[in-house]
Amino acid sequence: MTNRNLLPLWEVFVRGRRGLDHIHVGSLHAYDAEQALEYARDAYTRRGEGASIWVVESRHITASQEADAESFYDPMDDKPYRHATYYKLPDAVDNM
Amino acid sequence: MNDTDSLLTRYAIRLGDDAMVHGQRLCEWSSNAPTLEEDLALANVALDYLGRARMLYSLAGNLCGQSEDELAFTRDTRAFQNLLILELPRGDFAFTLVRQFLLDEFEHLFFDALTASANEMLAAIAGKTRKEVAYHRRRSQEWLRRFGLGTAESARRAQAALDTLWGYVDEMFAVDDLEATLIAEGIAADRAVLRATWQAAVTHAIEAAALTVPDTTWRIEGGRQGLHTEHLGHLLSEMQFMQRAYPGLSW
Repeated sequence: MTNRNLLPLWEVFVRGRRGLDHIHVGSLHAYDAEQALEYARDAYTRRGEGASIWVVESRHITASQEADAESFYDPMDDKPYRHATYYKLPDAVDNM
Repeated sequence: MNDTDSLLTRYAIRLGDDAMVHGQRLCEWSSNAPTLEEDLALANVALDYLGRARMLYSLAGNLCGQSEDELAFTRDTRAFQNLLILELPRGDFAFTLVRQFLLDEFEHLFFDALTASANEMLAAIAGKTRKEVAYHRRRSQEWLRRFGLGTAESARRAQAALDTLWGYVDEMFAVDDLEATLIAEGIAADRAVLRATWQAAVTHAIEAAALTVPDTTWRIEGGRQGLHTEHLGHLLSEMQFMQRAYPGLSW
């Protein structure tokens, strides 16, 4: 486990089946993208879960902070017309 | 059992021994690999070999009336027919992956050829194995490149592994009477004809990794006759311990 800090961290996304989205399943250390993909296959898809895998180096992800939640999301709540559920659908439009 | 079945039994056992012994060596890395990710990867490869050994032993066992466990755990060194290169101690990480690379390049060609076997079981095993090998090969090729183009130390270790292993590679391509007969019947794959393609692929990859194809001239064979290095006995003593201590034990 020496030199672990030299290996970049990668985030792994697996798409279970065609038509589904890629879901974040975890992260791992690897030297490069190619190796990250292979390690992801070994660590996360050995039971046949995967149709395809994405890996992205963690440092390339820009994330919002939890502290920002108020300014990010609260303004939506008092404007119900911004939500699709606000609108009554005609019966003819069954499941939307 | 007719003559062909008897030869097929021995053929499946030797291919099974190759997989069993190599799988056991890879298992030794469990909890010892350089990183957790590599630990998982090596164990996955080891499991592929274990699965392959089971398929081949069960093919042989159906013909000769022995169980997989009996074939794997109750035969002594002289009865094991594996290639010598596979029983060498795992060495350092470079040694393990360089050996894997030499083996993968061979198995990639060999199991491809074996899918054309006249024996349906062998052909089916080869078809499944071919997919596993494609993945192993992708990994070992990358590791070779990473060693060679990595640090001076990683290149030195990879080159040392190549130099040590080179005298053992000829045995991968040796065809004895048993295999010659089965090749003539369309059952076995001819290893000898794969040599030139293997040599070209391996040379290309070694040079692309800025390493050198060894010019060692010594050669050693003997595994197919049960003439092994001193390392196999130690490997078997660990691998077979449970069945030796508690004969017939099952999970």
